[in-house]
Parts: sequence; C-alpha cells; structure tokens
Amino acid sequence: MRYIPNSKEEQSEMLGAIGLASADELFRSIPEDVLLARKLEVTRPLAENEVITSMETFAAKNEAAVKTSFLGGGVYSHFSPTVVDHLIQRSEFFTSYTPYQPEVTQGTLQYIFEFQTLVCQLTGMEVANASMYDGSTAMAEAFLMAHRVTRRDKVLVAETVHPEYLEVAETYTQHGEMQLETIGFDHETGCVATEGLAKIDKDTAALVIQSPNFFGCVERLNDLADMAHEAGALLIVVVTEAVSFGMLKSPGECGADIVVAEGQSFGVPMSFGGPHVGMFACRQKYVRQMPGRLAGVAYDKDGNRGFVLTLATREQHIRRDKATSNICTNQGLIALAATIYMETMGRRGLQEVAYHNAQKAAYAAKRIAELDGFSIAFSAPFFNEFVVTAPSPAKDILRRLSSEKDILGGIALSGYYKGRENDFLVCVTETNTREQIDKLVAALG
Amino acid sequence: MSITKVTQHPTQNEALIFERSQTGRVGYRLPQLDVEETPADDLMPAEFRRTDDLEGVPEVSEVDVIRHFTRMSTWNFSIDLGMYPLGSCTMKYNSRLNEKVARIAGFLNHHPLAPEDESQGGLELMYRLQEDLAEITGLPGVTLQPAAGAHGEMTGVMIIRAVLDKREGEASKQRRVMLVPDSAHGTNPASAKLAGFTVKTIRSTPDGFTDMDHLYELCGEGGIAGLMLTNPSTVGIFEKNIREICDAIHDAGGLVYMDGANMNALVGVARPGDMGVDVIHLNLHKTFSTPHGGGGPGCGPCCCTVELEPFLPTPKVVRENGGYRLEYDRPDSIGRVKAFFGNFGMMVRALAYIQTHGDTGLREATEAAVLNARYIAHYLEKDFEKPFEADTMHEVILSHKKQARKGVHTLDIGKRLIDYGFHPMTVYFPLIVDGAMLIEPTESVGRQELDAFVDAMKSIAKETVEDPDLVINAPHTTRIGRLDEATAARKPVLRWSPDMESTAKSA
Amino acid sequence: MSNIPDNLKYSKDHEWLNVEGDTATLGITDYAQEALGDVVYVELPNEGENFNAHDAFGSVESVKAVSEIFTPVAGEVIETNEDLNDTPEVVNDDPYGDGWMVKIKMDNSGEADALLSAEEYAEFLESEEE
Repeated sequence: MRYIPNSKEEQSEMLGAIGLASADELFRSIPEDVLLARKLEVTRPLAENEVITSMETFAAKNEAAVKTSFLGGGVYSHFSPTVVDHLIQRSEFFTSYTPYQPEVTQGTLQYIFEFQTLVCQLTGMEVANASMYDGSTAMAEAFLMAHRVTRRDKVLVAETVHPEYLEVAETYTQHGEMQLETIGFDHETGCVATEGLAKIDKDTAALVIQSPNFFGCVERLNDLADMAHEAGALLIVVVTEAVSFGMLKSPGECGADIVVAEGQSFGVPMSFGGPHVGMFACRQKYVRQMPGRLAGVAYDKDGNRGFVLTLATREQHIRRDKATSNICTNQGLIALAATIYMETMGRRGLQEVAYHNAQKAAYAAKRIAELDGFSIAFSAPFFNEFVVTAPSPAKDILRRLSSEKDILGGIALSGYYKGRENDFLVCVTETNTREQIDKLVAALG
Repeated sequence: MSITKVTQHPTQNEALIFERSQTGRVGYRLPQLDVEETPADDLMPAEFRRTDDLEGVPEVSEVDVIRHFTRMSTWNFSIDLGMYPLGSCTMKYNSRLNEKVARIAGFLNHHPLAPEDESQGGLELMYRLQEDLAEITGLPGVTLQPAAGAHGEMTGVMIIRAVLDKREGEASKQRRVMLVPDSAHGTNPASAKLAGFTVKTIRSTPDGFTDMDHLYELCGEGGIAGLMLTNPSTVGIFEKNIREICDAIHDAGGLVYMDGANMNALVGVARPGDMGVDVIHLNLHKTFSTPHGGGGPGCGPCCCTVELEPFLPTPKVVRENGGYRLEYDRPDSIGRVKAFFGNFGMMVRALAYIQTHGDTGLREATEAAVLNARYIAHYLEKDFEKPFEADTMHEVILSHKKQARKGVHTLDIGKRLIDYGFHPMTVYFPLIVDGAMLIEPTESVGRQELDAFVDAMKSIAKETVEDPDLVINAPHTTRIGRLDEATAARKPVLRWSPDMESTAKSA
Repeated sequence: MSNIPDNLKYSKDHEWLNVEGDTATLGITDYAQEALGDVVYVELPNEGENFNAHDAFGSVESVKAVSEIFTPVAGEVIETNEDLNDTPEVVNDDPYGDGWMVKIKMDNSGEADALLSAEEYAEFLESEEE
C-alpha cells in the first residue's frame, strides 16, 4: 500500500521489537467471536489511473453538469477566481486540524478572524462565528439559540424559506419544547403575507424570514424587524444567495437579531450539494448563546498579537449536555475558500458582481415576460432569481428544454408548493451570457 | 559584526487583510456586462439597496491575496509537514489523488437540484460508497447525509429515539435515559440532549473498561433508551465485554449507538455489526482520510441494522431498475438533517480511498496504525505513566503523573513537542485520566519518524528533571509564544475594527 | 494552604456567606478560585429572582472550565456585583472582598447557622485532599 511508509520488512522488525510474532497478534485484545475471519468484500486495490478512470466514469454520467444552467434555489453557479482553489490546496491549510494549539495554527486562526469580520461587514452584524456546516443547519441552530435567548417556544417561519432548510429545522427541533409554525405568502407580491404576521405574540421566540426568499423576492425586513421586536421576539434573517449582500441593505441595518447565510456563492463549487459553508452572525449581547467556534485576539508575553479560539465554555467539550450546540468544529477549509473569495473580489468586486447578477436577471425576466403566455409570477423586487408562470406545466417544459436544447431552465415549484404546477424558478448569474439567456428565451417561446 | 533577529520580517508579520487594504486596489475582473442596463431604481428600489458602500471590506490586488494567504499558511503545522499525533483525530495522509478526482468537472459543476436521470453518476457513486461502508461496518442501512461526526451522532441518537417512539408509542416517554461512559467525547451528551434524552454517566474501571457492575446497576434503574459507546474506547483499548454490553442494553430495552471515531483500529479486522451495535457514525475525515481542512468540512455517515433502516434521514439513494434515485417517501424517517444530500465532495474522496486500498489494503492500514501506536507505547511506558495495562489499539494514552512532580504538566509537554518538530498530542482528553496525553500516530508514519518521536518524548522527560523551565516555557521556536487566553476571553475581540488594537490591549 | 477567614460561613460547594441580619453576601472561596484558575466570566442572576437552598443561581467560567454556583440558603436576590461583568478577575484577586457575587435576603436566617465554620471548612478541605 503506497500510503503506508513502512515496508513489510520494517513492519516485521517492529513487530519483533515489541515482542509480537505476527500482525494478527496486534488484535489479541479483541474477542475472537467478533473478529472478521474473511477479507472485506470491496474492490481489489486499484492503481492510481484506475481510480481516475472509475471516477471519470461516474462524473460522465452526471449529464446535467455540462448543460447551460439556470438552476438556483440555494446553490448557485458563480465564477471562482483561480487563486481560491489554488490557495486552499496548500498543505498547510488543508492537512491541518482544528486550531487547538494556537502556536502552530496561527494561519488558520487569522483567516477565521478575517472570515468573522467579513461576515459581520456583509451582514451588518456585530459578531459572527467561525462558520457552520451549511445554511440549513445554521438556520436550525439559530432557532435553538432564539429559544435559549428568549426562553420562548414558538418560532414563526415564512413558507418562503428554502423548503429543505425548513425540513432540517423540523428535524432539529422535534424533540424539544419548540413549536414551528409557518406563515404563508402573498400571492401577488411573493413576500410574506401580512395577515400571517398577526400570529406573532408573547410566546414567539423568533420570526424567520429569508430574503431574497425562495422565490427570489426581496422582503421588507425593516417592517418585519419592528413587528418582531414589538412582541419581544427576535428577527432571524436567512440568506441563501450570499452574492446579494453586495447590493441589498444588510439584515443588520434592517434590524435583524440573528443572520444565517449559505456562503457557497463565495467561490465554492456546487459539488452536487456539498461541502458548502454556513455563516452565523448575531448581536454582541447574544454572543454567549451562540453555537460554534469563535476566534479572538490574544497577545503573548512579549506583546505579539495572535489569535486563539475563545469563549469555549459555551461548547460541548466543556459543557457537555448543557452546551449551546453539539457542533464540534466548523467548516474550516470552505470558510477559507469563502474568505479568499471575499478578499479577492473585495469592496468593489462584491458590489460589481452583485450588480451583474441583478442586471442579467432583470434582462432575462424582461425577455421571458414578453413571451406569449409567460409572465413573472410576483411583483416584489428580485435579485437574481424570479418565478416564471408558464402556460403549461413547468415540469414538462423543463424536461423538454433539457432533452432538446441542453438547457436546465429552472426548478419546478410543483415539488414544493401546491397549486403552482405552471411555475418555475429561474436563476441568472454573472456566469450566464446574454447568448445563453437569449437561447433560453427562444427555447421557451 | 553581530547578527540580530529581524523583527520586521514580512512573512512573520503578515497583517490582517483589513490593515493591508489600500483604496483603489483590485484583484478581479468581470466580463463586460453584455445586456442592456436597467436603471438602478428599476433594478432595485433605493430603500432595499446598501448605502454603506461596503466600507471596511478590503481592497487588495491578486498578488496581495496570494502573499497574504501563503505567508499565513507558513504559520500552520500540517500532516504534510510531519507527524501529527492527535489522539482521536486520526491525522493520516490526505492523498493528492483524492483531491484530484474530487475536482473532476462533472462533480464540481453538478447542481444538486438537477434532474435525477441526469445525475446518475453522483447517485451511483453515493450508492457504491453506501455499499462499501455497509460491508466495512457490518451494518447494512447507510445514510451519507450528516456533515460531520457530531452531526452523525445526532442522527444516530435521533434514529434511536424514533425507533423507541414507534415501538412503544406513549410509553416511550418512560424511556429517556441515554447512558454515556465518563470517557466519552463531549459531543455525545450534547447530541443525546438534542434527541430529548437525559444523560447518565457510566463509570470506567481502574483498568480502563466499562464498569459492568455499574452498567447493570443503571440498566436495573430502568428507562434505558440506549448507550453511546466509543470502541475502541477513548483510552485506545478494545472493550473486551462488547457483546455482553450490547446484550445488557438490548435486554434493558435500549439500543446501542457506537461512536465510530476510532474505526481506524478496526477496518477489515472487526465489524461493529458483528458486535451487537445497532447504529454507528463514521468520520470520513478520520478513517477514510478526507482532509480535516483546519476544522472541516467533515462527513459523518450513519450505518445501522436492517431493523433501523426505515428511520434513516430523507432522502436516501436507492437502486432501482438498474438506475439510481432518491427515495423521499420514508414515513418512519427522522427527517432531513441537512439540505441536499450531504458533503458529496467528501464522499468522492472517501470512495477513492477505499478503491486505492481495496480489500487487502484496508486491513493493512489498520494493522500499520495499530502497530505504530503499540510501538510508541512500548518505548515510552518507562518514561511516562501508562495508566492502563491493556493492549493499545490505534492510539496510546499516557499521563503527566511522573512529570507533574517536577511542575511539568501535559500542556507543557505538548508545547515542547513543537520545538522538536511535532504537533502536540491530544491533551487533557479523555477526562478520566488526570493529565491525559492521547497519542495516535496513524499508519502514515514510518519507523524513523516514530523513533524520532520516541526520542523527543524521552528527551522531554529528561528535560523535566534537568531543566523543567525549558519545558514549562515552551515552545521556543514559534513566531509567537503562549497566548494570554484568559484576557482574550474576558474582553473578547472577535472582529477587526480600526481601533481593535487599543480595545484588546486595554483589557 | 488557602485563605479561610474566620468570620464567614462556608458550604461544601465552596461558597462563602457573610450574614448580617437577614441578608447574606455570597461568593466563592479562595480554594474554589484557585481550583478554577483565571476567571473570565461570571454569570449572575437578576435582582428579584428567588432561589431555594442548593439551587444553582449562576456560573463561573475560566478559560476551559465552567462551574455552577449554588446558594446554600433560600431567598431573594437583592443585589448583584455588576463590577464582575467588566472585571471578573477580581474573583481571583479578592474572592472574599471585591469578588463577592450576590446579596440574598434570606427566607430563614437560621438556615445559615447550619453551614460550616471556618474551622470546619478547613477540615472539609483537608478530607477532600485525601
């Protein structure tokens, strides 16, 4: 086995040195009746090129990967600068562990500190953690945190939060005291329905709003924050398209108390759904109720500045079943990718790429709306995603676009919302050229 | 002429990116916008637009970015640099081949909501990995959805909860006690709580095994939902009574969850399914070598018995008519634990690891990992207290008992190892051993390096006697010394701001 | 050997009480602060909260440990030491003085009589050491 440094001879010598006759004797402490007396039934060892061929064969069967795509819905196709993947492949980053020993992990700790700062700047919040598994688990953790902060049990969630995020939150909260209630949406605007907001009361821990929501519509967060706060509840804002931070007023400025976001848009490949990275930010006063790791500034005895993991007493390795979360670590390398992306794009690039997304989406929406029988389903402003109402079932249209034109035209809403058979969600990013958009429009028409 | 240390060395003093930022620098270029521009207010009404112009976000060039991160990277220890003997973490070699295949365009550019019939490659790969993990653990029901070990634990105990609720209905309320050994990872009790269980702690015996008398006593108290057991345990020894332990829990009406953190001691040698375990999580980032990445991403699949399979998360990859699809109609499922299907990129790497090792190689790796740990134990047990007699599996636990008399503690020994070119071992875990040092060399270390490690440890033991301050003040060779963590926690500074330095220093 | 002032009462959870009339001032002992190490955060209750004897009313955190603090007597919290928010380190520096934590109006001032004297607490510590 080429990954094992010692030769057979060296291993025999080592066995001899510690007084064993064979490798089997290493396992004398395992009762015989649980030892596996046969070889594992997995493949024979493959050579390097055989593994590559095997993997390329799998990849080739992912036919959708090479098609022109207008798929969004929580995972987005954005361009990632070359430096991102180059830098995360440095041994010192990807083959290191969680930075428990600060003297030999300052590289990791410093970029986590930069990540936390950038997340604060984009979300408009005061404190952010070192990252979570993804946006969906970050949202579920935010529910648990709102429950701890307010000691209230009810969480009101807009139906226009990503449906899979909602399913994850249901799983996380099913055994506690919490109840989740959903609030419907306004069928004209596509935003949260005002009548549903009457459900906010003194038992409400949090109001949860995604913006841009699953339909791509931008919500009126200011008003929603006021309504939540009047009842003593927190406003949790969910963002699945992080590129929108480059254009939209930050949730923090709008009054959010906790912001969770999926950071995949920041230089991270779609990779069939993961690994991605969750962002988690909140108000300073709630920092001790936060889940996850936090890096902070510290000095050595000579006054040199460094960084350490801090406020660890919130965590499972110390507080065990009373911890703020069972999460052990963060999403280190993906948080690094997002950090490099944010810094490379920088103050100007993050705004410019957001602008391109919005412009291209606006162009596509305008062209599609001109088609006979097609319309844009909702009136609220949108960022880079919008819902199209077609004259016939969306599933059939999308299947035809893919098989005949090699275009993935969008996501049918019928799988998620009742009575929306003819609707589909279209996402346009800076990676879609005008030619691709025109092709989509022509194929629909 | 005298040579003095140059304190302004650029690679040793890389500032925060925010401190490096210069107005007007750019590190990107977008293609020209190729559509007619919609006026700003029609694009997005002003009330919804940012007005802060992203003040504070850095402005840097591409070269700045490369130097910034390359310099910071040199402050990290890494597996590629040398032995990283963190017990319980399995810091083995992360193959470059795995990195290469995970980056095949057909994987990277594949959207999770693409039609299933156009995603057959990804689904088939997941299915193959499920099959292999089922064979390796002897537990045929597999989900790949959990994103990390703790996430897999949560999934596992939630499955137990769902099984009990289904089996016993209302009466399940009387069954809420999850037994957790005192040697367990902190994630175990934290995960049990998320499934609505209360935790009772089982003692360990002085020789490091689960205390059977205490186990029977707790089982006798009733209300047993299950047991969360790490095997080999966190002190690196195999639970010789594993069958009896599983039987006791089953007789008490509970189910056995095994924390698979230490599977690197067992792959190809023994299978949890054959021991009586009902559900286990694996850490692909430990046993199957997907990179730890400085703290993630991980991947924490759960494997379970046929009886528990209906309770696995939704959706699940299944094979049907020669193709693969996602099964959503799973009425007994605990639900979804993560958006989409899990950390697919980690699954690609893990399958490549299994393919590269194959049937014989997987066992060879286990043998090499255990041999390396046994070798270290053999050569260090005279210089350091080895609290348990039993044979070491893939990791060995020592303690600072002998050195503490000289005022040298585990943390000091760990920090001094840095000066010898090794990453510290796991310190102060598990909690049942005072001053624990948990050393896991993995199979990725050759004899010369093991010898060098043994020599370093022996040398530190000697220094403890001859010059304890040398150890207590270690490390001496790093860019920064030990940091004042107390002040950092009292006045936490968790983000950069222009006046950050003065805030942090005033603390 | 840790400092154990004669004029105070002690609990086996390593809290001290200074009783004046029906009011008890409470903190953690020198032994407790020494065992914890550098205190970085003290979580205290709100004024007006009521506790039964042996209830946990707050917690003390060091960098890598957290300990609950229990009240050995029942009563209402009438004052908390807000200075500890900014300077938790005084729990280390002056556990019996500026490091006090709460003042409790006792439901039954006789309850404090049952607690350990300085001498008894010192004996208790010695027995713990063994």
